[in-house]
Order: sequence, then structure tokens, then C-alpha cells
Amino acid sequence: MIQNAAGSGRLPDSAFKWLAMAATLTIVALIGLVGWELYSGARLAIARFGPGFLIHSRWNPVTDEYGALPFIFGTFVSSILGLLFAVPLGVATALFLTELAPYRIRQPIVTVIEMLAAVPSVIFGLWGIFVLIPWLRNHLFVWLKHSLGFLPLFQGPIYGVSMLAAGIIVAIMILPIVTSVSREILRSVPDLQREAAYGLGATRWEVIRIAVLSYAGRGIFGAAILGLGRALGETMAVTMVIGNRPQISASLFAPGYTLASVIANEFAEATSDLYLNSLFEMGLVLLALTLIVNMLAQLMLRGVLGGASGKVN
Amino acid sequence: MTRPSFQLNPARDRWRRAINRAITVLLFLCAVLVMTPLFLVIYFLVSRGASSLDWNFFTQLPKPTGELGGGMANAIVGSLTLLAMAAVIGVPLGVLGGIYLAEYGVARLNGYVRFAADVLNGVPSIVWGMVVYLMLVVPFKTFSAYAGGVALGLMMIPLVMRTTEEVLVLVPQSYREAALALGIARWKVITKIVLKTALKGIVTGVLIALARVAGETAPLLFTALGNNFWNHNLREPIAALPLQIFSYAISPYDDWHRQAWAGALVLMAIILAINLSVRALTRGRNSR
Repeated sequence: MIQNAAGSGRLPDSAFKWLAMAATLTIVALIGLVGWELYSGARLAIARFGPGFLIHSRWNPVTDEYGALPFIFGTFVSSILGLLFAVPLGVATALFLTELAPYRIRQPIVTVIEMLAAVPSVIFGLWGIFVLIPWLRNHLFVWLKHSLGFLPLFQGPIYGVSMLAAGIIVAIMILPIVTSVSREILRSVPDLQREAAYGLGATRWEVIRIAVLSYAGRGIFGAAILGLGRALGETMAVTMVIGNRPQISASLFAPGYTLASVIANEFAEATSDLYLNSLFEMGLVLLALTLIVNMLAQLMLRGVLGGASGKVN
Repeated sequence: MTRPSFQLNPARDRWRRAINRAITVLLFLCAVLVMTPLFLVIYFLVSRGASSLDWNFFTQLPKPTGELGGGMANAIVGSLTLLAMAAVIGVPLGVLGGIYLAEYGVARLNGYVRFAADVLNGVPSIVWGMVVYLMLVVPFKTFSAYAGGVALGLMMIPLVMRTTEEVLVLVPQSYREAALALGIARWKVITKIVLKTALKGIVTGVLIALARVAGETAPLLFTALGNNFWNHNLREPIAALPLQIFSYAISPYDDWHRQAWAGALVLMAIILAINLSVRALTRGRNSR
């Protein structure tokens, strides 16, 4: 009897289970699909240039010569600059939110930061072109050149569009994720740690330094790596402010180019097969970089946060 | 190292307090600095975009190069069309995946699937554009609205899946046990009881995911492509608000710059409205 009652729902039951499972497997299959499609799109370039693609710096569609080095350089420099600005600021803001701010103002600040995360890349790009770049060109860069011009970093002509401008835009765009993940990490520091330090007579800053930051160090590093993963793939806003010139220059005032922005700019007008294949190989390099960096970040955050890291977008 | 002294040392104490105060002020200033870009962006969107928002902007097609005026009606409709197509792909797959993780999954497999979803979440959006270009643009030999919708839909899947899983886990186990004890089949328990209880949370997740892909430009560049006219056939290129903003922003014409600001203001308003209304809906649930 019992067998019978349960049996009546068995077919739709297992059908539903398989449907749900199929959807889940689609997600896993998507990763394979992305990698395979990019590889098949890049096959011609991979066969033609081999590993040399990564270390050659000539980029000339007219003579069909393609090398990815200036783009890899630009991607790394703009991302690292972004991290240099965003990590200290993000961690400081997270500390302010968890350790110092009165309860009443915490939620409003968190909301503002979440709204910052919701601003589309293209809007930051628009703002970058018409507001940030002119200000940098006429004020900040002039001042930097005047006061720090003895460093090779701040020499050369000022165009406005530059590696440094891209770094600033990237920093703004990854600040929300760095801040919110750091905040989760800091909140997971047990209060016992803080109380012990306060009990020894530490001031608030000493508590933060001794009890909180040393405990949260690994997690904050993970937050920075997660930010790096975002920064590497940042496309539209960077494309609009970096100047799009494939060159390797020591000066941060000089224009550059990134993997993502060369794809965005030149994909639609790639005339030869080899040109298009080279752009696909750039996409493959970009995908590999972001996958490695993201996996690293997930592994570092796993122990600290449990499943919470996926929640923060 | 000297042994710690237990005598009070007023000079050193004053120094420690001063450092403490300085750091407090510094952290506060950092928090203000982090919030500044949002206010700056919104200020410039309103001050440069609001004056161009008139009836024409919402009802007219873009004018050819050199002519003043025109609007972004086709781009607004195009964006909504693309979002609808993205939802058709992203919502069922994402919700079903979330159901599997929360209701059926085995702990060890679930770990891998979550990992996969988080990794997918980190795939740069421009890469989605390239993949869909190979999947749908090359075989059919044309840029199309379908391709744009698929690109956005694929991006939505991991987002929707993770939020669905999170809200389903919050449904009390006793609901499931009570229903199963009554002899109701498992799939009915899930669809009629668990999903219904968690519906608000799932809708929230879907809306957040839609708001996120609504502003995406990179995956549309070589899938939906953009279009200066109305799209009458989804197998042809379609306009989208972010694409239009991008191409107007990098153009050399002042009148187009003006419209880019107006378009950006509209896009930002839509995205903020979704985000803030979702926040108002769910207030109290995540009050901390």
C-alpha cells in the first residue's frame, strides 16, 4: 500500500530531479564551452605564433604581425595601479564600518557602496572621458609632474588619457567588492580577540592593529586577489580612458592598451582571419588569467568566509 | 627588547591617544572618499543629462550624423527586449540549478558546482561576447538580438543560481517534512511549498541579476551590435542603451555627447530604481 502511494508520484519526481540536475550540469559545462570556443576561435593564431605570441610586442594588422605583450603589460599595470588605490581605501572603509562607525550610519554607508557597485562600466567611462580626464590633465597630472617629475613614472607629455587614469577608474570600480569582502572578513573576527586586547589596555587603533588585522590578514589578501580578478577583465570604462595605444612605457602619463579593450575596439573591424584569431587568443589569455586569479581568491576565502564570498557581487 | 614596564608613562599615553585619534579621523576620511565617486557620478549625470530629457528623447530614433535632435527610443525598447530574452534563458536555468543545490545535491558535488558558479561569475563580460559570437553570430552569418539576449542570459545564470540556493536553504526544514509526511510527492513539495515560501527572495535575486546585466556593454558589442532604427526582427541587430551611450560618448559631436549623458541618466535611474526598490522590499530580512 505504502509502496503504491509513493509510486504514483515517482515518475514526475525523478523527472524533476533530472531536470534540476541537468540545469546544474549546464553551469559546469559552460566553463568548458567558454574555454573550448575561445580555443577554437584562436587556433590559427596559436599555430602560427606559438608561445611567442605572449612575448612579442609588435601589433600591426597591416603586415599581419601580432604580439600580445603590450596588452598583457597594460592589463597588469592598470590592474595593479587599481589595487594600489583600492585595497588600502577599501580595507580602511571596512575597518571604519566594523570597528568605529556608530550603528546608525553603518547601513547607509553600506547601501551607498552597494549602489557604487551597481553603476555600469560604460557610465564610469562616460564620466571618465568628460569629467575625470580633463581634471587629471589640467590639475593632478600637472601637479604630479611638477613635484614628482624626477621619477620616470611621471615624465613625458600629458595627454590625459593614460595608464594612471585607467588605474584610477579601475580602483573606483573594484572598491565596492574589496570593501564588502573585507567587511565580511572583519566581521568574522571573533569578539573575544578584541575584548582580550581591550582588556590589556589597548587603544582602539592598537586593538585593530594587534587583534583584528593580524587575525584577518589572509582573508584581506583574498579580498585583494578577488579585486584583481575583477580588475583584469574590466573593459568598457578602461577602454574609454586608457588611450588605446599598444606601447610599453615607463611613464604613467603615457597611453596604454589592455587585453579586454583591444578586443572591444578591434574585434568588429578585424579584417583578416589571422587578426581575428589573434584577438581570440587575447581573449583566451584574459580568460586564463582571470580564472587562475579567481580560483586563487576563492581558495583563500573559502576557509575564512564559508560560502559567503559568492554573495558579494 | 625591554621588559614591559607597568608604571604609567603619561607622555607615552598621550602619544598613543593622539595616534588613536589620528587613525580614527583617517579611517573616517577614507570612508568618505570611497563614497565620493557615486555622488560625483550622479551629480554629473543629473547636471549634464537632465536638460536633454524631453519628449523627443523617449519617442524618436537617433538622427543621422550632423543633424541635431533625435532620441533613443529604439535603444530603450531594445534594452528591454534584450533583458526579456536574457530572463527567459537565465531565470529557468538559474532557478533549477539553485533548486538542485538546495534540495537534492550531495555535499561534495555541491561544493564543486558552487565553485564553478563563482568562477563563471568572474569570467570577464567581453569574453561572453566572444563566445556567443562564435556560437550564434558566425553560424547564422548575422549579428542579432538573439545573440545579445543569449550573452546576457548566460551571464545571469550563476547569479540567479546562487541567490536561489541561498533563499531556499532559509526555508524551514519542518515545512518539507510536514508536506512529505502527508504523502505529497517531492517535486510538488518543492514547487508548491518550498518555492512559494521563498518566492520573494527568488524574485529579488532575479531583479538584482537583471539590474546587473542591464548596464553591460561589452557582451553586446559583437552580438547585438546596435542599430540606428527600430528592430522588427530578432534575427537582426538591435539597439541597446549601453551601446548607444558608448558610441555617442566616443563620437566627436557635441550633440551626441549631450545625448550620451541623457541616456546614461536614464540607464542609471532604471538600475538604481530596481536596486532601491528591491532593498525596500527585503528590508527587515537582512537587517544587520
